[in-house]
Amino acid sequence: MAKLKSPIAKNSRQDKLIPFLSVILGFAVGALIMLVSGFNSFAAYTRLLEGAGLFGNVRRLGGTLLNMTPLILTGLSVAFGMRTGLFNIGASGQMLMGGFGAVAVGILFELPKVIHLPLAVVTALILGALWGMVPGILKSKFNVHEVVVTIMMNWIAVWTVYYFVPLYIRGAFDTESATIRSTASLRTEWLSDLFNGSPVNLGLFIAIAAAIAVWWILEKTTFGYELKAVGLNKDAAKYAGIHVDRNIIFSMMISGALAGLAGATFYLGFTNNIKIGELPMLGFDGIAVALLGMNTPLGVVLSAFLFGFMNAGKGFMQAATGVPNELVQVIMAVIIFFSAATMLIRRWMNHLSKRKEKTQKNLEKGGAQ
Amino acid sequence: MEYVIEMLNIRKEFPGIVANDNVTLQVKKGEIHALLGENGAGKSTLMSVLFGMYQPEAGVIKVDGEEVKMTNPNVANALGIGMVHQHFKLVDVFTVTENIILGMEPTKGIYLDTKQAAKRIKALSDQYGLSVDPDALIKDISVGMQQRVEILKMLYRNADILIFDEPTAVLTPQEIDELMNIMQRLKAEGKSIVLITHKLKEIKAVADRCTVLRKGKYIDTVDVGKTPEEEMARLMVGREVNFKVYKDESKAQDVVLKISNLNVLDNRKLSAVKNLNLEVKAGEIFSIAGIDGNGQKELVEAITGLRPVTSGKIEINGHDITQLSVRKKTESGIGHIPEDRHKHGLVLDYTLGENMILQSYYQSPFSNKGLLNKEAMNAYTERLIQEFDVRSGQGAITSVRSMSGGNQQKSIIAREVDRSPSLLIASQPTRGLDVGAIEYIHKRLIEERDKGKAVLLVSFELDEILNVSDRVGVIYEGSIIDVDRTSNTDENKLGLLMAGSVKGEVRHG
Amino acid sequence: MWDMMTSVIPLALTYTAPLLIIALGGLYSERSGVVNIGLEGLMGIGAFAAAIFTVSSQGAFGGATIWLALVVAALAGMLLSFFHALASVSLKADQVISGTAINMFSAAITIYMARWLTGSANIQIRRSFIRTNIPVLSDIPIIGPLLFTRVYLTTYVVFLFILISWFLLYKTKFGLRLRACGENPHSADSMGVNVTMMRYIGVLISGFLAGLGGGIVIMTYSKEFSQLTYNGLGFLALAALIFGKWKPIGILGSSLFFGIAMTISNISVIVPSLRDVPNIFLNTFPYVATLIALVLFSNSSVGPKAAGEPYDVGKR
Repeated sequence: MAKLKSPIAKNSRQDKLIPFLSVILGFAVGALIMLVSGFNSFAAYTRLLEGAGLFGNVRRLGGTLLNMTPLILTGLSVAFGMRTGLFNIGASGQMLMGGFGAVAVGILFELPKVIHLPLAVVTALILGALWGMVPGILKSKFNVHEVVVTIMMNWIAVWTVYYFVPLYIRGAFDTESATIRSTASLRTEWLSDLFNGSPVNLGLFIAIAAAIAVWWILEKTTFGYELKAVGLNKDAAKYAGIHVDRNIIFSMMISGALAGLAGATFYLGFTNNIKIGELPMLGFDGIAVALLGMNTPLGVVLSAFLFGFMNAGKGFMQAATGVPNELVQVIMAVIIFFSAATMLIRRWMNHLSKRKEKTQKNLEKGGAQ
Repeated sequence: MEYVIEMLNIRKEFPGIVANDNVTLQVKKGEIHALLGENGAGKSTLMSVLFGMYQPEAGVIKVDGEEVKMTNPNVANALGIGMVHQHFKLVDVFTVTENIILGMEPTKGIYLDTKQAAKRIKALSDQYGLSVDPDALIKDISVGMQQRVEILKMLYRNADILIFDEPTAVLTPQEIDELMNIMQRLKAEGKSIVLITHKLKEIKAVADRCTVLRKGKYIDTVDVGKTPEEEMARLMVGREVNFKVYKDESKAQDVVLKISNLNVLDNRKLSAVKNLNLEVKAGEIFSIAGIDGNGQKELVEAITGLRPVTSGKIEINGHDITQLSVRKKTESGIGHIPEDRHKHGLVLDYTLGENMILQSYYQSPFSNKGLLNKEAMNAYTERLIQEFDVRSGQGAITSVRSMSGGNQQKSIIAREVDRSPSLLIASQPTRGLDVGAIEYIHKRLIEERDKGKAVLLVSFELDEILNVSDRVGVIYEGSIIDVDRTSNTDENKLGLLMAGSVKGEVRHG
Repeated sequence: MWDMMTSVIPLALTYTAPLLIIALGGLYSERSGVVNIGLEGLMGIGAFAAAIFTVSSQGAFGGATIWLALVVAALAGMLLSFFHALASVSLKADQVISGTAINMFSAAITIYMARWLTGSANIQIRRSFIRTNIPVLSDIPIIGPLLFTRVYLTTYVVFLFILISWFLLYKTKFGLRLRACGENPHSADSMGVNVTMMRYIGVLISGFLAGLGGGIVIMTYSKEFSQLTYNGLGFLALAALIFGKWKPIGILGSSLFFGIAMTISNISVIVPSLRDVPNIFLNTFPYVATLIALVLFSNSSVGPKAAGEPYDVGKR
């Protein structure tokens, strides 16, 4: 069957086009939905871009960067898992736990900023890693599928926060925590000033640094070599003497830690407190980010920018055109669908290139006559 | 002359390759017709065309003299053509009856009527002497029995033309004899048979005529009775083939691998290796002969550390390695050419270079303080490519997935041999390869032996064992029941031992 | 104790019914060889469809409205599941990812449509099923008060589906073929069974049943569609499916277990003996129990062998 594989191998350059086509198709479906529901899709998309500050409004552009920050991290979280053959659908729960830890440290401790902020961020990282460790252990020791476990862990996280927040860090209401001390905040004046008062914050640099770190681990280290070998062929990894179980646990921990950092940037940089009974959807959006970014760090940053500006601009779009902002989530779902159904796109592309070849051949024939 | 099947001038192309180039196959009614060719000669493609899984670019198919268009397997089935697949297509958790009736189930109203079907299956089984129990679960019956279920599937569907695709690959010599008898019986009852194989002995034993394919081309159709084996081999390979491997008498030295009272469990936690004892010496090739499923896989996995040992002792050069990890075992001097190269031997989506360092990536010069040195990796790979004649499109950065089976296997051998282990374990190293690659691999194994290494060869092919090894041990139900010099034994003796029908004896020397 | 049982069991049956029917949906899909992680989304779209139908029909169908709403819910689930089948079966996409896309799409499109059609993200319904006592049966001692008092009729519809499914899977040729596709599609294909069609049917039935489950949620105890409708019931159903070993009777048992667990955590506030237990234990109980069960059964859990693999004719 090796002969049947060759046309696919030949198309690796085409594969790189798939994400772009998925995005176009996603927006096309979005436009279709608006058309059916009686909205002007051109106006809506224009407002979406405008709301995201892509027409030059610096403050709104700050909003895009703000939205992009946790998406880079949850996207990296999912992508890192995928590279090791794990589907971490629990980035939301890990992010929530990380954020909870960070907020708790931000409220309960009184420390100078140079200690307080790193402590809060590291707490988020550790809690996220621990929350990721559980599915890692269950997968490697008991062969329980990580998708089911991470889903359960999401709900356990929700109820854990539901229980602890009113008990220890209650704010004005039972449903949310107090506000973190400014020494634990990721916001800085110079950055806000630069973006005309936007709450864009230091989390962006954490996210970029994390992307570089992930790239470095995967591409440059023997640890990355091991992780990828486990992801691509577990049996061959075992044969090579790689500790598959340990690598699965490590991978889930790193994946969880990245999601935990997403929690830090979101709760320490944007909301400044934590609400109970809510699972942050950013973890699920991370799946879209990772898939679209083909599980590479650079791809993740680029697709996080795309989804970041969509999230940033959707409120403005809804206000200006009346299009419900869930449209953005619909488009994301459609993009995932098309990234998963690559065969469909590949078939279309092959069909197109064949037609092109045919017309070219016909032209050549015509020339010969 | 009346032909039941005629495939005339068939041409089938795949991107970049012509799998069937003007191939013709004519099968007479009531004959056993062999289709001979190496792996990759185009036999499977031709049969896929016959069953409508592929549409040919050119050519005509006739059944009983009438031209037909094969659009899908159901058309072939409706015309009374049935295939006994090499890899059985059976549902493990279903009964024999359920497997056979699947797709044409008898019903009473909407209720599935298995009772009546079981009766008919019993009758068919008796008619052809297959002794199959219709109510047994597939997972509980032997491989030979499973094959008979495959045959019954076709008979149940009133097939008159039966195609056997490499039917003996998984059988013991005795089971092969029984299968040959069954084929003769089918022929006597008026069925026509196409036997796809690359084994000349089987053709000699049952076939009437034989069509030979080579590299996708039709070579000839010969009368089996009038054609000597050597001639058919020449037609198949395209040159003189010498099946005898030339090698000097072995100069066996010290014991390298010593296994005493080893016990290992299989995946279902049942005992797979039982009180096994074994010694392999430097400078010899020791093979393990046995029917698939008698503990060979578990034994090799236990030696290499992929499977835990329940009790017993494994020593390499006098050091106890029983409880060491895979990596420590590898480092203690074991090279391992695994049975399934795609599952264990290679990471198909890694480059050739990344695969070449699979066992040594963490060592200098490939790793420096946890960082991967890709220059060293590529330089090393280029050297091995030269030395072991690995054909790859783009050198070290070739994706292994795109390489041919033979070259994939060569790259594993290069990796394992170049580490210069004192024990080289080769599990079915030639499975699915063509004659050229097989010859190369046998030559390399003998070279290693001559360098004073110990070689442990596990194979289901008795020809290979008899040709290559110096001593042979027979494994049966998890124990080595017989050890002898290869020169003292023969196929018949080994076959009886493998089936457990005679008692063996462990001779030293 | 008796008082507690008569209050817990009828409520548990109420919570069990939608869970059970969604898990049953998952069973059809996975038995045909397609992993369906999109049950949550299929449930959600069913819930939305039932709610919007009930609200917009404005009583035009009278007493039949609530039943029609269930039919609409099931059809909506089936429609959405078509896309999962398309991706998983025809386009050989990763089934887990396709299912995730289904979940995200459902959660977004339903709220989008709710806002567009009603102007609000919440849809409250006025007509719904009401609890009734089954005549005669409710008078039977012991099981009468437990099983036939203050119940929704839909619960019995669900049990009926379980019985039918058992018969269909194990006693008909449809069942034999469906199971063959999930265990060994190559075998089924070689025997002339149309694997693609069987898998489409499996996934579509799963959409139908999961959608119906969503409809039952809205038309019985929830009575309101909102973002909160996506509360993980579909994922719990997936756990119930694994727990019940992919067998109709098995998932009946596992769904009842979860139903009781959910009931206990929901009524803990009003039951004196449970009031002092920290809510974290009760709230996380179903999820923690699932994890523990998965670990305990990890070695013996045997799903359909080919579930999750796209069927590729060329591969052997």
